[in-house]
Amino acid sequence: MKQQDNDTVQIEYIPLGEAAVLIEFGKVINIETHRKVKACADYLDQHPLPGMIEYVAAFSSLTVFYDPVVVLNVKHTTGIQSAYELVTSLLQDIVANLERSVDIKPKVVEIPVCYGGEFGPDLEYVAGYNKLDIDEVIHIHSNSEYLVYMIGFAPGFPYLGGLDERISTPRRQSPRTLIPERTVGIAGMQTGVYPIATPGGWQLIGRTPVELFRPNEYPPSLLQAGNIVRFKPITLKEYQEYKGECL
Amino acid sequence: MSIKVLRPGLLSSIQDLGRYGYQKHGVIVSGAMDAFSLRIGNLLVGNMENQAGLEITLVGPQLLIKDDLLIAITGGNLTPMIDGVDVPMWRPVYVKGGSVLSFGPCQSGCRAYLTVGGGYELPSIMNSDSTYLRAGIGGFCGRALQKDDQLAVGTPGRNTSKRMSLLASKAIKQSFVAPNWYAGLYGHSDAATPATVRITRGIQYDWFTAESLLQFTSQPFQVTPQSDRMGYRLKGEALKLRQPSEMISEAVALGTIQVPPDGNPIILMADRQTVGGYPKVAQVISVDVPRIAQVKPGGKIQFIEIEHREAEALYFAREKFIAEVKKGLNLKFFS
Repeated sequence: MKQQDNDTVQIEYIPLGEAAVLIEFGKVINIETHRKVKACADYLDQHPLPGMIEYVAAFSSLTVFYDPVVVLNVKHTTGIQSAYELVTSLLQDIVANLERSVDIKPKVVEIPVCYGGEFGPDLEYVAGYNKLDIDEVIHIHSNSEYLVYMIGFAPGFPYLGGLDERISTPRRQSPRTLIPERTVGIAGMQTGVYPIATPGGWQLIGRTPVELFRPNEYPPSLLQAGNIVRFKPITLKEYQEYKGECL
Repeated sequence: MSIKVLRPGLLSSIQDLGRYGYQKHGVIVSGAMDAFSLRIGNLLVGNMENQAGLEITLVGPQLLIKDDLLIAITGGNLTPMIDGVDVPMWRPVYVKGGSVLSFGPCQSGCRAYLTVGGGYELPSIMNSDSTYLRAGIGGFCGRALQKDDQLAVGTPGRNTSKRMSLLASKAIKQSFVAPNWYAGLYGHSDAATPATVRITRGIQYDWFTAESLLQFTSQPFQVTPQSDRMGYRLKGEALKLRQPSEMISEAVALGTIQVPPDGNPIILMADRQTVGGYPKVAQVISVDVPRIAQVKPGGKIQFIEIEHREAEALYFAREKFIAEVKKGLNLKFFS
Protein backbone atom coordinates (compact mmCIF):
# COMPACT_ATOMS: atom_id res chain seq x y z
CA MET A 1 0.00 0.00 0.00
CA LYS A 2 1.15 3.52 -0.77
CA GLN A 3 0.65 6.97 0.69
CA GLN A 4 1.94 10.46 -0.08
CA ASP A 5 3.43 12.47 2.77
CA ASN A 6 3.60 16.26 3.16
CA ASP A 7 6.77 16.40 1.08
CA THR A 8 5.03 14.22 -1.53
CA VAL A 9 7.51 11.48 -0.84
CA GLN A 10 5.81 8.16 -1.38
CA ILE A 11 5.48 6.14 1.80
CA GLU A 12 5.09 2.40 1.36
CA TYR A 13 3.60 -0.21 3.68
CA ILE A 14 4.92 -3.70 3.06
CA PRO A 15 4.21 -6.89 5.03
CA LEU A 16 7.23 -8.57 6.65
CA GLY A 17 5.65 -11.95 7.28
CA GLU A 18 2.27 -12.37 8.97
CA ALA A 19 3.13 -10.41 12.10
CA ALA A 20 4.95 -7.27 10.95
CA VAL A 21 4.50 -4.27 8.64
CA LEU A 22 7.44 -2.26 7.34
CA ILE A 23 6.84 1.43 6.69
CA GLU A 24 9.30 2.80 4.16
CA PHE A 25 9.64 6.57 4.61
CA GLY A 26 12.20 7.05 1.86
CA LYS A 27 14.89 5.39 -0.19
CA VAL A 28 17.90 7.40 1.00
CA ILE A 29 19.79 7.93 4.24
CA ASN A 30 19.41 11.55 5.27
CA ILE A 31 18.42 13.59 8.28
CA GLU A 32 15.01 14.50 6.84
CA THR A 33 14.01 10.82 6.49
CA HIS A 34 15.55 10.00 9.86
CA ARG A 35 13.32 12.66 11.48
CA LYS A 36 10.19 11.10 9.99
CA VAL A 37 11.19 7.66 11.31
CA LYS A 38 11.95 9.20 14.70
CA ALA A 39 8.64 11.09 14.83
CA CYS A 40 6.75 7.86 14.11
CA ALA A 41 8.78 5.96 16.74
CA ASP A 42 8.14 8.67 19.33
CA TYR A 43 4.42 8.56 18.59
CA LEU A 44 4.29 4.76 18.94
CA ASP A 45 6.20 5.00 22.25
CA GLN A 46 3.43 7.22 23.55
CA HIS A 47 0.51 5.52 21.80
CA PRO A 48 1.25 1.88 21.06
CA LEU A 49 -1.20 0.27 18.63
CA PRO A 50 -3.49 -2.38 20.09
CA GLY A 51 -1.70 -5.70 19.57
CA MET A 52 1.65 -4.07 18.85
CA ILE A 53 4.58 -6.02 20.32
CA GLU A 54 7.41 -3.66 19.42
CA TYR A 55 8.93 -1.67 16.58
CA VAL A 56 12.35 -1.47 14.96
CA ALA A 57 13.41 1.95 13.70
CA ALA A 58 16.02 1.87 10.92
CA PHE A 59 17.63 4.50 8.64
CA SER A 60 14.64 5.06 6.40
CA SER A 61 12.02 2.62 7.65
CA LEU A 62 10.14 1.62 10.74
CA THR A 63 8.80 -1.89 11.22
CA VAL A 64 5.91 -2.63 13.57
CA PHE A 65 5.71 -6.16 14.98
CA TYR A 66 2.26 -7.21 16.16
CA ASP A 67 0.24 -10.17 17.39
CA PRO A 68 -2.31 -10.85 14.62
CA VAL A 69 -4.71 -12.57 17.03
CA VAL A 70 -4.82 -9.60 19.40
CA VAL A 71 -5.09 -7.14 16.50
CA LEU A 72 -8.21 -8.80 15.10
CA ASN A 73 -9.77 -9.31 18.53
CA VAL A 74 -9.73 -5.61 19.25
CA LYS A 75 -13.15 -4.14 18.55
CA HIS A 76 -13.18 -2.18 15.34
CA THR A 77 -15.78 -0.98 12.91
CA THR A 78 -13.91 -1.08 9.65
CA GLY A 79 -15.02 -4.57 8.67
CA ILE A 80 -11.44 -5.41 7.72
CA GLN A 81 -10.76 -9.14 8.08
CA SER A 82 -6.98 -9.11 7.66
CA ALA A 83 -4.68 -8.21 10.56
CA TYR A 84 -2.13 -6.82 8.09
CA GLU A 85 -4.68 -4.55 6.42
CA LEU A 86 -6.02 -3.37 9.75
CA VAL A 87 -2.59 -2.53 11.16
CA THR A 88 -1.64 -0.80 7.91
CA SER A 89 -4.76 1.35 7.91
CA LEU A 90 -4.15 2.36 11.54
CA LEU A 91 -0.52 3.19 10.73
CA GLN A 92 -1.54 5.25 7.68
CA ASP A 93 -3.72 7.40 9.93
CA ILE A 94 -0.87 7.83 12.39
CA VAL A 95 1.68 8.70 9.72
CA ALA A 96 -0.67 11.16 8.01
CA ASN A 97 -1.08 13.06 11.27
CA LEU A 98 2.51 13.01 12.50
CA GLU A 99 3.65 16.37 13.76
CA ARG A 100 6.49 17.75 11.69
CA SER A 101 9.07 16.97 14.33
CA VAL A 102 9.59 20.24 16.09
CA ASP A 103 13.28 20.60 16.67
CA ILE A 104 13.48 19.19 20.15
CA LYS A 105 17.02 19.45 21.43
CA PRO A 106 18.55 16.02 20.93
CA LYS A 107 20.27 14.41 23.89
CA VAL A 108 24.06 14.69 23.63
CA VAL A 109 26.04 11.75 24.99
CA GLU A 110 29.77 12.11 25.59
CA ILE A 111 31.78 8.91 25.24
CA PRO A 112 35.34 8.95 26.63
CA VAL A 113 37.83 7.08 24.46
CA CYS A 114 41.39 5.99 25.16
CA TYR A 115 42.84 6.13 21.61
CA GLY A 116 45.66 3.98 20.23
CA GLY A 117 47.95 1.56 22.03
CA GLU A 118 46.65 -1.95 22.58
CA PHE A 119 43.09 -0.55 22.51
CA GLY A 120 43.46 0.88 19.01
CA PRO A 121 45.86 -1.33 17.05
CA ASP A 122 44.75 0.18 13.71
CA LEU A 123 45.14 3.86 14.67
CA GLU A 124 48.49 4.10 12.91
CA TYR A 125 47.08 2.43 9.81
CA VAL A 126 44.15 4.88 9.72
CA ALA A 127 46.62 7.79 10.06
CA GLY A 128 48.92 6.41 7.36
CA TYR A 129 46.05 5.64 4.99
CA ASN A 130 44.82 9.24 5.25
CA LYS A 131 48.34 10.79 5.30
CA LEU A 132 47.78 12.27 8.74
CA ASP A 133 49.58 11.83 12.01
CA ILE A 134 47.94 10.00 14.90
CA ASP A 135 47.08 13.14 16.87
CA GLU A 136 45.31 14.60 13.86
CA VAL A 137 43.16 11.46 13.54
CA ILE A 138 42.24 11.66 17.24
CA HIS A 139 41.55 15.38 16.93
CA ILE A 140 39.28 14.95 13.92
CA HIS A 141 37.46 11.92 15.38
CA SER A 142 36.78 13.64 18.69
CA ASN A 143 35.79 17.02 17.24
CA SER A 144 32.76 15.87 15.26
CA GLU A 145 29.18 15.38 16.32
CA TYR A 146 27.65 12.08 15.32
CA LEU A 147 23.95 11.40 14.89
CA VAL A 148 22.69 8.00 16.06
CA TYR A 149 20.60 6.91 13.06
CA MET A 150 19.64 3.57 14.54
CA ILE A 151 20.60 0.87 17.03
CA GLY A 152 21.15 -2.62 15.67
CA PHE A 153 23.63 -5.29 14.54
CA ALA A 154 24.51 -5.94 18.20
CA PRO A 155 22.78 -4.89 21.44
CA GLY A 156 23.35 -1.17 21.92
CA PHE A 157 25.42 -0.80 18.73
CA PRO A 158 24.89 2.68 17.23
CA TYR A 159 24.91 3.34 13.49
CA LEU A 160 26.50 6.79 13.53
CA GLY A 161 26.41 9.40 10.78
CA GLY A 162 28.86 12.26 10.55
CA LEU A 163 32.33 10.76 10.17
CA ASP A 164 34.78 13.29 8.74
CA GLU A 165 35.89 12.15 5.27
CA ARG A 166 39.50 12.94 6.15
CA ILE A 167 39.68 9.87 8.44
CA SER A 168 37.43 7.51 6.45
CA THR A 169 39.21 4.15 6.03
CA PRO A 170 38.05 0.94 4.33
CA ARG A 171 37.43 -2.23 6.34
CA ARG A 172 40.28 -4.66 6.94
CA GLN A 173 40.89 -7.25 4.21
CA SER A 174 40.34 -10.09 6.64
CA PRO A 175 38.06 -9.57 9.62
CA ARG A 176 39.33 -10.21 13.15
CA THR A 177 37.75 -13.24 14.78
CA LEU A 178 37.17 -11.38 18.02
CA ILE A 179 37.01 -7.69 18.78
CA PRO A 180 36.87 -6.89 22.50
CA GLU A 181 33.78 -5.15 23.84
CA ARG A 182 33.76 -1.33 23.96
CA THR A 183 36.24 -1.01 21.09
CA VAL A 184 35.86 2.06 18.87
CA GLY A 185 36.28 1.52 15.16
CA ILE A 186 36.06 3.02 11.69
CA ALA A 187 34.71 1.29 8.57
CA GLY A 188 34.40 3.32 5.40
CA MET A 189 32.32 6.38 6.25
CA GLN A 190 31.07 4.85 9.49
CA THR A 191 32.35 4.96 13.02
CA GLY A 192 30.97 3.09 16.00
CA VAL A 193 31.58 1.22 19.23
CA TYR A 194 31.26 -2.57 19.60
CA PRO A 195 29.10 -3.07 22.73
CA ILE A 196 29.88 -6.80 23.04
CA ALA A 197 32.77 -8.89 21.80
CA THR A 198 32.09 -9.91 18.18
CA PRO A 199 34.03 -10.80 15.07
CA GLY A 200 34.41 -7.84 12.73
CA GLY A 201 36.37 -6.10 10.02
CA TRP A 202 36.49 -2.55 11.35
CA GLN A 203 39.68 -0.54 11.84
CA LEU A 204 40.14 -0.33 15.60
CA ILE A 205 41.26 3.05 16.95
CA GLY A 206 40.52 3.00 20.68
CA ARG A 207 38.36 1.80 23.52
CA THR A 208 35.86 3.37 25.87
CA PRO A 209 35.46 2.41 29.53
CA VAL A 210 31.71 3.05 29.21
CA GLU A 211 29.30 0.14 28.78
CA LEU A 212 26.98 0.66 25.81
CA PHE A 213 24.92 -2.46 26.59
CA ARG A 214 23.42 -2.69 30.09
CA PRO A 215 21.25 -5.80 30.24
CA ASN A 216 20.11 -5.13 33.80
CA GLU A 217 18.96 -1.56 33.22
CA TYR A 218 16.16 0.04 31.28
CA PRO A 219 16.73 1.00 28.57
CA PRO A 220 19.47 -1.60 28.11
CA SER A 221 21.20 0.59 25.53
CA LEU A 222 23.19 3.69 26.53
CA LEU A 223 22.35 5.31 23.19
CA GLN A 224 19.00 5.75 21.46
CA ALA A 225 18.20 6.63 17.85
CA GLY A 226 18.23 10.42 17.54
CA ASN A 227 20.95 11.02 20.16
CA ILE A 228 24.10 13.00 19.34
CA VAL A 229 27.43 11.39 20.25
CA ARG A 230 30.71 13.16 20.99
CA PHE A 231 33.93 11.29 21.64
CA LYS A 232 36.30 12.71 24.26
CA PRO A 233 39.97 11.61 24.30
CA ILE A 234 41.19 10.30 27.67
CA THR A 235 44.52 8.93 28.85
CA LEU A 236 45.17 5.32 29.81
CA LYS A 237 45.30 6.45 33.46
CA GLU A 238 41.88 8.11 33.16
CA TYR A 239 40.57 4.98 31.46
CA GLN A 240 41.78 2.80 34.32
CA GLU A 241 40.40 5.21 36.91
CA TYR A 242 37.04 5.14 35.17
CA LYS A 243 36.99 1.35 35.16
CA GLY A 244 38.10 1.39 38.81
CA GLU A 245 35.11 3.52 39.77
CA CYS A 246 32.82 1.03 38.13
CA LEU A 247 34.13 -1.92 40.12
CA MET B 1 13.11 -29.61 43.06
CA SER B 2 15.82 -29.85 40.47
CA ILE B 3 17.39 -31.58 37.53
CA LYS B 4 21.11 -32.33 37.44
CA VAL B 5 23.05 -32.36 34.18
CA LEU B 6 25.11 -35.56 33.89
CA ARG B 7 26.01 -34.92 30.24
CA PRO B 8 25.13 -31.66 28.47
CA GLY B 9 24.56 -32.89 24.90
CA LEU B 10 25.61 -30.94 21.81
CA LEU B 11 23.73 -27.69 22.46
CA SER B 12 21.10 -27.68 25.18
CA SER B 13 19.88 -24.21 26.06
CA ILE B 14 16.95 -22.72 27.93
CA GLN B 15 14.56 -20.88 25.60
CA ASP B 16 11.11 -19.38 25.95
CA LEU B 17 9.09 -17.74 23.16
CA GLY B 18 11.61 -14.92 22.86
CA ARG B 19 12.74 -11.61 24.27
CA TYR B 20 10.36 -9.07 22.79
CA GLY B 21 10.30 -5.31 23.16
CA TYR B 22 14.07 -4.77 23.05
CA GLN B 23 14.86 -5.05 19.35
CA LYS B 24 14.94 -1.27 19.07
CA HIS B 25 17.93 -1.43 21.44
CA GLY B 26 19.61 -3.99 19.19
CA VAL B 27 18.75 -6.90 21.50
CA ILE B 28 17.87 -9.97 19.46
CA VAL B 29 14.67 -11.95 20.08
CA SER B 30 16.24 -15.44 20.59
CA GLY B 31 13.73 -18.02 21.85
CA ALA B 32 12.80 -21.52 20.75
CA MET B 33 13.60 -22.36 17.12
CA ASP B 34 10.47 -24.52 17.00
CA ALA B 35 8.15 -22.37 19.10
CA PHE B 36 5.15 -24.54 18.26
CA SER B 37 6.65 -27.59 19.97
CA LEU B 38 7.62 -25.56 23.03
CA ARG B 39 4.09 -24.13 23.34
CA ILE B 40 2.51 -27.58 23.14
CA GLY B 41 5.10 -28.96 25.57
CA ASN B 42 4.17 -26.33 28.11
CA LEU B 43 0.45 -26.93 27.71
CA LEU B 44 0.95 -30.69 28.22
CA VAL B 45 2.52 -30.18 31.66
CA GLY B 46 0.01 -27.50 32.72
CA ASN B 47 2.31 -24.48 32.26
CA MET B 48 1.68 -21.20 30.50
CA GLU B 49 2.48 -21.48 26.79
CA ASN B 50 5.29 -18.95 26.99
CA GLN B 51 7.30 -20.51 29.82
CA ALA B 52 10.85 -21.60 29.17
CA GLY B 53 11.80 -25.10 28.09
CA LEU B 54 15.06 -26.84 27.37
CA GLU B 55 15.92 -26.83 23.66
CA ILE B 56 17.91 -29.94 22.83
CA THR B 57 19.89 -30.15 19.59
CA LEU B 58 20.80 -33.32 17.62
CA VAL B 59 22.67 -35.03 20.45
CA GLY B 60 20.62 -34.96 23.64
CA PRO B 61 21.81 -34.55 27.21
CA GLN B 62 21.71 -37.01 30.09
CA LEU B 63 19.75 -35.61 32.99
CA LEU B 64 19.15 -36.82 36.53
CA ILE B 65 15.55 -36.04 37.51
CA LYS B 66 16.11 -35.61 41.24
CA ASP B 67 12.48 -35.24 42.36
CA ASP B 68 9.08 -36.45 41.13
CA LEU B 69 8.22 -34.27 38.13
CA LEU B 70 5.71 -33.92 35.33
CA ILE B 71 7.58 -33.54 32.05
CA ALA B 72 6.82 -33.53 28.33
CA ILE B 73 9.08 -34.04 25.35
CA THR B 74 8.01 -32.51 22.04
CA GLY B 75 9.64 -31.49 18.75
CA GLY B 76 12.10 -33.71 16.92
CA ASN B 77 12.39 -37.38 17.91
CA LEU B 78 15.85 -37.83 19.49
CA THR B 79 14.84 -41.16 21.06
CA PRO B 80 14.11 -40.04 24.62
CA MET B 81 14.54 -42.72 27.28
CA ILE B 82 14.06 -42.87 31.03
CA ASP B 83 16.30 -45.40 32.77
CA GLY B 84 16.81 -46.99 29.36
CA VAL B 85 13.11 -47.36 28.48
CA ASP B 86 11.67 -45.41 25.51
CA VAL B 87 9.49 -42.50 26.63
CA PRO B 88 6.52 -41.55 24.44
CA MET B 89 6.54 -37.98 23.14
CA TRP B 90 3.81 -35.31 22.89
CA ARG B 91 2.13 -36.25 26.20
CA PRO B 92 2.55 -35.49 29.90
CA VAL B 93 4.90 -37.96 31.62
CA TYR B 94 5.07 -38.50 35.37
CA VAL B 95 8.69 -39.23 36.31
CA LYS B 96 9.84 -40.60 39.66
CA GLY B 97 12.67 -38.82 41.42
CA GLY B 98 16.05 -40.48 40.90
CA SER B 99 15.37 -41.45 37.27
CA VAL B 100 17.76 -40.63 34.45
CA LEU B 101 16.47 -39.07 31.22
CA SER B 102 18.71 -39.64 28.24
CA PHE B 103 18.49 -39.44 24.47
CA GLY B 104 19.52 -41.81 21.69
CA PRO B 105 19.80 -41.48 17.94
CA CYS B 106 18.10 -38.65 16.09
CA GLN B 107 15.18 -40.39 14.35
CA SER B 108 13.37 -37.40 12.90
CA GLY B 109 13.84 -33.66 13.16
CA CYS B 110 16.77 -32.27 15.11
CA ARG B 111 15.44 -30.20 18.01
CA ALA B 112 13.49 -31.57 20.97
CA TYR B 113 11.95 -29.61 23.83
CA LEU B 114 11.87 -30.70 27.44
CA THR B 115 9.25 -28.90 29.49
CA VAL B 116 8.63 -29.43 33.20
CA GLY B 117 5.47 -28.74 35.20
CA GLY B 118 6.20 -25.62 37.28
CA GLY B 119 8.76 -24.46 34.75
CA TYR B 120 12.47 -23.81 35.23
CA GLU B 121 13.31 -21.27 37.91
CA LEU B 122 15.51 -18.63 36.40
CA PRO B 123 16.27 -14.96 36.88
CA SER B 124 14.48 -13.29 33.96
CA ILE B 125 16.57 -10.85 31.96
CA MET B 126 14.64 -8.21 30.01
CA ASN B 127 11.36 -10.06 30.61
CA SER B 128 12.57 -13.31 29.13
CA ASP B 129 14.25 -16.56 30.13
CA SER B 130 15.71 -17.17 26.68
CA THR B 131 19.46 -17.73 26.49
CA TYR B 132 21.19 -15.05 24.40
CA LEU B 133 24.29 -17.09 23.74
CA ARG B 134 26.45 -14.44 22.09
CA ALA B 135 25.84 -11.80 24.77
CA GLY B 136 26.09 -14.41 27.52
CA ILE B 137 22.85 -13.43 29.23
CA GLY B 138 19.50 -15.00 30.05
CA GLY B 139 18.53 -18.65 30.42
CA PHE B 140 20.88 -20.67 32.63
CA CYS B 141 23.91 -18.42 33.32
CA GLY B 142 23.71 -17.03 29.78
CA ARG B 143 25.08 -20.21 28.23
CA ALA B 144 24.33 -23.72 27.04
CA LEU B 145 24.14 -26.39 29.74
CA GLN B 146 27.35 -27.93 31.08
CA LYS B 147 28.07 -31.03 33.12
CA ASP B 148 27.02 -30.76 36.78
CA ASP B 149 24.67 -27.79 36.26
CA GLN B 150 21.63 -27.92 38.54
CA LEU B 151 18.41 -26.67 37.00
CA ALA B 152 15.92 -25.55 39.62
CA VAL B 153 12.28 -26.43 38.92
CA GLY B 154 9.48 -24.14 40.08
CA THR B 155 6.56 -25.11 42.29
CA PRO B 156 3.91 -26.90 40.22
CA GLY B 157 0.70 -24.98 39.74
CA ARG B 158 -2.81 -26.36 40.15
CA ASN B 159 -2.99 -27.79 36.62
CA THR B 160 0.32 -29.57 36.99
CA SER B 161 -0.45 -31.00 40.42
CA LYS B 162 -3.78 -32.39 39.28
CA ARG B 163 -2.20 -34.13 36.30
CA MET B 164 0.63 -35.48 38.44
CA SER B 165 -1.65 -37.00 41.03
CA LEU B 166 -3.88 -38.55 38.36
CA LEU B 167 -0.92 -40.21 36.67
CA ALA B 168 0.76 -41.16 39.96
CA SER B 169 -2.43 -42.90 41.10
CA LYS B 170 -1.76 -45.58 38.50
CA ALA B 171 0.55 -47.54 40.76
CA ILE B 172 3.81 -47.86 38.90
CA LYS B 173 6.80 -50.08 39.11
CA GLN B 174 8.45 -48.30 36.21
CA SER B 175 10.34 -45.04 36.56
CA PHE B 176 7.63 -43.18 34.69
CA VAL B 177 4.03 -43.33 33.58
CA ALA B 178 2.44 -41.70 30.56
CA PRO B 179 -1.12 -41.74 29.21
CA ASN B 180 -1.84 -43.72 26.04
CA TRP B 181 -2.95 -40.64 24.12
CA TYR B 182 -0.93 -37.79 22.66
CA ALA B 183 -1.73 -34.23 21.71
CA GLY B 184 -0.49 -31.42 19.57
CA LEU B 185 0.97 -33.10 16.48
CA TYR B 186 0.48 -30.63 13.66
CA GLY B 187 2.46 -32.37 10.96
CA HIS B 188 5.45 -30.06 11.08
CA SER B 189 8.05 -32.55 12.20
CA ASP B 190 7.27 -35.27 9.69
CA ALA B 191 10.30 -36.82 8.08
CA ALA B 192 9.41 -35.76 4.52
CA THR B 193 12.43 -34.96 2.40
CA PRO B 194 12.81 -32.48 1.00
CA ALA B 195 10.86 -30.56 3.65
CA THR B 196 8.25 -28.44 1.91
CA VAL B 197 8.24 -24.90 3.20
CA ARG B 198 5.71 -22.28 2.16
CA ILE B 199 6.88 -18.73 1.51
CA THR B 200 5.46 -15.36 0.57
CA ARG B 201 7.30 -12.80 -1.54
CA GLY B 202 10.03 -10.82 0.22
CA ILE B 203 10.28 -7.04 0.26
CA GLN B 204 13.00 -6.99 -2.45
CA TYR B 205 11.50 -9.89 -4.45
CA ASP B 206 11.45 -7.73 -7.60
CA TRP B 207 15.20 -7.11 -7.39
CA PHE B 208 15.94 -10.66 -8.55
CA THR B 209 16.03 -11.91 -12.13
CA ALA B 210 12.97 -13.75 -13.41
CA GLU B 211 15.15 -16.82 -13.97
CA SER B 212 16.39 -16.81 -10.36
CA LEU B 213 12.87 -16.43 -9.02
CA LEU B 214 11.70 -19.36 -11.10
CA GLN B 215 14.57 -21.52 -9.89
CA PHE B 216 13.93 -20.51 -6.31
CA THR B 217 10.69 -22.49 -6.13
CA SER B 218 11.44 -25.16 -8.74
CA GLN B 219 14.37 -26.97 -7.15
CA PRO B 220 15.27 -27.82 -3.56
CA PHE B 221 18.04 -26.18 -1.55
CA GLN B 222 20.45 -27.99 0.72
CA VAL B 223 21.01 -26.90 4.33
CA THR B 224 24.76 -26.43 4.87
CA PRO B 225 26.67 -27.38 8.04
CA GLN B 226 27.22 -23.65 8.72
CA SER B 227 23.57 -23.40 9.77
CA ASP B 228 22.77 -22.58 13.36
CA ARG B 229 20.27 -20.80 15.62
CA MET B 230 21.06 -17.53 13.87
CA GLY B 231 20.39 -18.66 10.34
CA TYR B 232 20.08 -21.56 7.94
CA ARG B 233 22.60 -21.13 5.13
CA LEU B 234 21.38 -22.79 1.97
CA LYS B 235 23.17 -24.09 -1.09
CA GLY B 236 21.58 -24.44 -4.48
CA GLU B 237 21.39 -22.46 -7.71
CA ALA B 238 22.76 -19.01 -6.78
CA LEU B 239 20.20 -16.20 -6.98
CA LYS B 240 21.08 -13.21 -9.13
CA LEU B 241 19.99 -9.59 -8.87
CA ARG B 242 18.75 -7.78 -12.00
CA GLN B 243 21.39 -5.14 -11.31
CA PRO B 244 23.83 -4.59 -8.47
CA SER B 245 21.96 -2.56 -5.85
CA GLU B 246 22.91 -1.27 -2.42
CA MET B 247 20.26 -1.80 0.19
CA ILE B 248 19.63 0.39 3.20
CA SER B 249 19.58 -1.80 6.32
CA GLU B 250 16.07 -2.43 7.64
CA ALA B 251 14.29 -4.75 10.02
CA VAL B 252 14.19 -8.51 9.42
CA ALA B 253 11.89 -11.10 10.97
CA LEU B 254 11.86 -14.76 11.93
CA GLY B 255 11.90 -16.70 8.66
CA THR B 256 13.12 -13.84 6.46
CA ILE B 257 15.16 -15.19 3.54
CA GLN B 258 17.94 -12.78 2.64
CA VAL B 259 20.45 -13.16 -0.15
CA PRO B 260 24.06 -11.93 0.28
CA PRO B 261 26.18 -11.11 -2.80
CA ASP B 262 27.27 -14.75 -3.30
CA GLY B 263 23.64 -15.58 -4.16
CA ASN B 264 23.19 -18.30 -1.52
CA PRO B 265 20.06 -17.63 0.52
CA ILE B 266 20.06 -17.49 4.33
CA ILE B 267 16.88 -18.15 6.32
CA LEU B 268 17.00 -16.00 9.44
CA MET B 269 16.11 -17.92 12.58
CA ALA B 270 15.72 -17.30 16.33
CA ASP B 271 19.11 -15.67 16.98
CA ARG B 272 18.96 -13.38 13.92
CA GLN B 273 20.16 -9.81 14.19
CA THR B 274 17.49 -7.12 14.45
CA VAL B 275 18.30 -5.53 11.08
CA GLY B 276 19.76 -6.77 7.81
CA GLY B 277 21.31 -5.18 4.77
CA TYR B 278 20.83 -7.92 2.19
CA PRO B 279 17.87 -8.08 -0.20
CA LYS B 280 15.03 -10.26 1.05
CA VAL B 281 13.75 -12.58 -1.65
CA ALA B 282 11.08 -14.30 0.45
CA GLN B 283 9.56 -14.81 3.84
CA VAL B 284 8.85 -18.24 5.31
CA ILE B 285 5.28 -18.31 6.58
CA SER B 286 5.03 -18.37 10.35
CA VAL B 287 3.35 -21.78 10.40
CA ASP B 288 6.27 -23.41 8.53
CA VAL B 289 9.18 -21.94 10.55
CA PRO B 290 9.14 -24.96 12.92
CA ARG B 291 9.58 -27.25 9.90
CA ILE B 292 12.85 -25.50 9.10
CA ALA B 293 13.97 -25.70 12.73
CA GLN B 294 13.66 -29.49 12.40
CA VAL B 295 15.73 -29.85 9.19
CA LYS B 296 19.23 -31.16 9.92
CA PRO B 297 22.37 -29.87 8.22
CA GLY B 298 22.57 -31.74 4.91
CA GLY B 299 18.79 -31.89 4.68
CA LYS B 300 16.81 -30.41 1.80
CA ILE B 301 14.14 -27.73 1.62
CA GLN B 302 11.69 -27.13 -1.23
CA PHE B 303 10.01 -23.72 -1.27
CA ILE B 304 6.42 -23.22 -2.38
CA GLU B 305 5.03 -19.73 -2.90
CA ILE B 306 1.64 -18.76 -1.49
CA GLU B 307 -0.24 -15.47 -1.11
CA HIS B 308 0.12 -13.36 2.02
CA ARG B 309 -3.62 -13.61 2.69
CA GLU B 310 -3.41 -17.40 2.73
CA ALA B 311 -0.38 -17.27 5.05
CA GLU B 312 -2.35 -15.12 7.47
CA ALA B 313 -5.29 -17.57 7.35
CA LEU B 314 -2.88 -20.43 8.15
CA TYR B 315 -1.51 -18.39 11.06
CA PHE B 316 -5.00 -18.06 12.52
CA ALA B 317 -5.73 -21.75 11.92
CA ARG B 318 -2.62 -22.71 13.91
CA GLU B 319 -3.58 -20.42 16.78
CA LYS B 320 -7.03 -21.98 16.80
CA PHE B 321 -5.48 -25.46 16.88
CA ILE B 322 -3.30 -24.57 19.87
CA ALA B 323 -6.28 -23.03 21.70
CA GLU B 324 -8.19 -26.28 21.11
CA VAL B 325 -5.32 -28.42 22.40
CA LYS B 326 -5.31 -26.29 25.54
CA LYS B 327 -9.06 -26.67 26.00
CA GLY B 328 -8.92 -30.41 25.28
CA LEU B 329 -6.17 -30.99 27.85
CA ASN B 330 -8.07 -29.19 30.54
CA LEU B 331 -11.17 -31.30 29.81
CA LYS B 332 -9.20 -34.56 29.82
CA PHE B 333 -7.83 -33.95 33.27
CA PHE B 334 -10.99 -32.45 34.63
CA SER B 335 -13.28 -35.39 34.10
